[in-house]
Amino acid sequence: MSGGSDERIPVGPQHPSLKEPANFMLDVDGEEITGADLTLSYNHRGMEEAAQRKDYLQNIYLLERICGICSHSHTTAYVQAVEELMDVEVPDRAKYIRTLIGELERLHSHLLWLGVGGHEMGFDTLWHYTWRDRELVLDSLEELTGNRVHYAINTLGGVREDVAEDQFPELRENLEQIRERAEYYREVVPEEETVLMRCEGVGTISREEASELCAVGPTARASGVPTDVRKDDPYAAYDQVDFDVVTHEDGDLLARVLVRLEEIVQSCDIVDQVLDEMPEGDLKGSPKPTHTLPNMVEEGEAISRYEAPRGELIHYIRSDGSDTPERVKVRAPTLANWPTVVEGLKGSYIADTPMIVAGIDPCISCTSRIGVEMSEDAAVSIDGGDGKLTLDDLSDYAKDWYGQEVN
Amino acid sequence: MSVVMDLVYLLVFPGFLFLFAAGLFAEYVDRKLYAKIQNRVGPPIVQPFADFLKLLSKESIVPEAADRDVYLVAPLFGLAGVLTAILYVPVWAEEAVFAFQGDLVVVLFLLALPSFALFFGGWHSRNRFSDVGTLRTLTQLFGYEVPFFLACLAPAMAAGSWEISSVMGTLSTNPVALALLLPGFAVGLLSLQAKLERVPFDAPEAETEIAGGSLVEYSGRKLALFKLTKDMELVVGAAFLSALFLGGPYPLVGVAGPIGGFVAFALKVLFVVVLLTVVKSAFARLRIEQAVGVFYRWAVGIAIVQMLIVIAAATAGIGGL
Repeated sequence: MSGGSDERIPVGPQHPSLKEPANFMLDVDGEEITGADLTLSYNHRGMEEAAQRKDYLQNIYLLERICGICSHSHTTAYVQAVEELMDVEVPDRAKYIRTLIGELERLHSHLLWLGVGGHEMGFDTLWHYTWRDRELVLDSLEELTGNRVHYAINTLGGVREDVAEDQFPELRENLEQIRERAEYYREVVPEEETVLMRCEGVGTISREEASELCAVGPTARASGVPTDVRKDDPYAAYDQVDFDVVTHEDGDLLARVLVRLEEIVQSCDIVDQVLDEMPEGDLKGSPKPTHTLPNMVEEGEAISRYEAPRGELIHYIRSDGSDTPERVKVRAPTLANWPTVVEGLKGSYIADTPMIVAGIDPCISCTSRIGVEMSEDAAVSIDGGDGKLTLDDLSDYAKDWYGQEVN
Repeated sequence: MSVVMDLVYLLVFPGFLFLFAAGLFAEYVDRKLYAKIQNRVGPPIVQPFADFLKLLSKESIVPEAADRDVYLVAPLFGLAGVLTAILYVPVWAEEAVFAFQGDLVVVLFLLALPSFALFFGGWHSRNRFSDVGTLRTLTQLFGYEVPFFLACLAPAMAAGSWEISSVMGTLSTNPVALALLLPGFAVGLLSLQAKLERVPFDAPEAETEIAGGSLVEYSGRKLALFKLTKDMELVVGAAFLSALFLGGPYPLVGVAGPIGGFVAFALKVLFVVVLLTVVKSAFARLRIEQAVGVFYRWAVGIAIVQMLIVIAAATAGIGGL
């Protein structure tokens, strides 16, 4: 690791610390990083294109599979936008159930992240502890919805399945345990000397930087930006429940750990309130058979915002009045947080790279949209000239690219 | 006849066969306890042996860019060091198989060989990750070797001998002296942990940063040998510390002869392994400069204080030193 400041080290797209493909080019001076570049979209799955070929109902199940962790976030964001176009009022009970599943999802996502964070800093005991605790949440989700990961609870105008009162006691018991564990971690993690050495002052993003780079979710909140769609633009039942937007001033990795731990406790509180105040009533906003609902969608466009565990998730839908969307655009929260990673890497040590990347809880493949990066002397241009790239153009481009000398 | 006995010592007991079994068992204890602490089930007792056999049966690749000779010899180099070291550590009797004035320094040197084997093997693999790993291995070596030497010199000073067996003989009958040497034992444990590249000092092989470091390119039986070396090093290191600081086969060797001595030895080695596993499960990985900092800021200081304690105790006549 010797050498001048002009040395460039590639991290990814294939790298042991990355569970999904992304590429960072690090300018290093010794062990210190002086600059970083980011290249994304190595795992384009064509989800948005596929969504234009399925009707509004089928798309729920497609978009649920954008992410294996925040599956409920994507469907909720999507059905909210479609409901706006359908002009359907979602019944209160359905809103509460969406909130319930949404918060359980946040719980399992944050616990998962804490484990990944522990593993990245070589603290495998923390990893195994949190993933054990996460099983409690997954058990509850399975009990409520029948599935551990893809809950498939949302449908157009409401939810597919009801929850029963007799499921509540066990759920509350699990929550109580999770709350205890979260409070234990909150006490222990900031006391553990080696954790402090790896997290304190690492990957710091100031409040100004976080606002300027449009960071979202826990990443922004850990830098003191009080952004939270649940408060700023309440959806589902969030205007009915009482909770705080957790912020922290330091903006380093430790702050992100603490914010997420505090949010686990808050989520437990929210679930408690939801269970206490669950109203009686219908599950669906329209009496029509479900398969006819896509025909109710009117021409127009809608944007829906959702506070996913990783931050603000945006779905945009444009409809031409048919039963299939003309365009579905998904902006995953990770995309908004990438610039903070590039910023946080500067001035850090190479050894901190995996942790700084993991610090925003990245969902790399969920963020993947097609992106073709063209050099100026490329034969085809993506935005100027003839405009569109044909499949043949792209194929030629790929051959050129992979035929290059790799150095 | 003595040649035959030497071969038995080297190849059967306490040499290769014994160390092989003890190393795999120590790995099992380490993994099982680590799993229990983390609330997992952990591996069955034959797992380390099964892993070893499986690696033996795998293809053993030499990278095209690697320096073939060094790459092939490196695994044997470390193994030879560890196998030789055990001959100077008392296993079942008051005296080790071979003992002479100065064997303490020889064992310290032999125990450093596995780290150099990692360095030679990793450096000559010509892989980016193993390059970083070997540099970290060496950097860490400079961190822990000094406190390790200093910590092990304290009992030698207390006993007035450079021979492990006689240091053990002098100190093991003297509980006050052993109690006075506790700080040195702690430094020795930490240094051994770093020598074995275990959490919190596993930056040289940091799985999530450099994918295992020095051993990235190793496969098949060469990797099996490296892993075996590490297991044996764990046992020999623990045996070495238990001889210097815990009295080795004493006190049972005086009561029940060689068998009792061996039982005491095994229990003490196990105790050290358990301590190392608990340390491994309680911390996060330090960055390499933080790890070196821990040794130079704390461990060296404690080791020097330990020597001052020994000198002061000897001057004041405390503990019969």
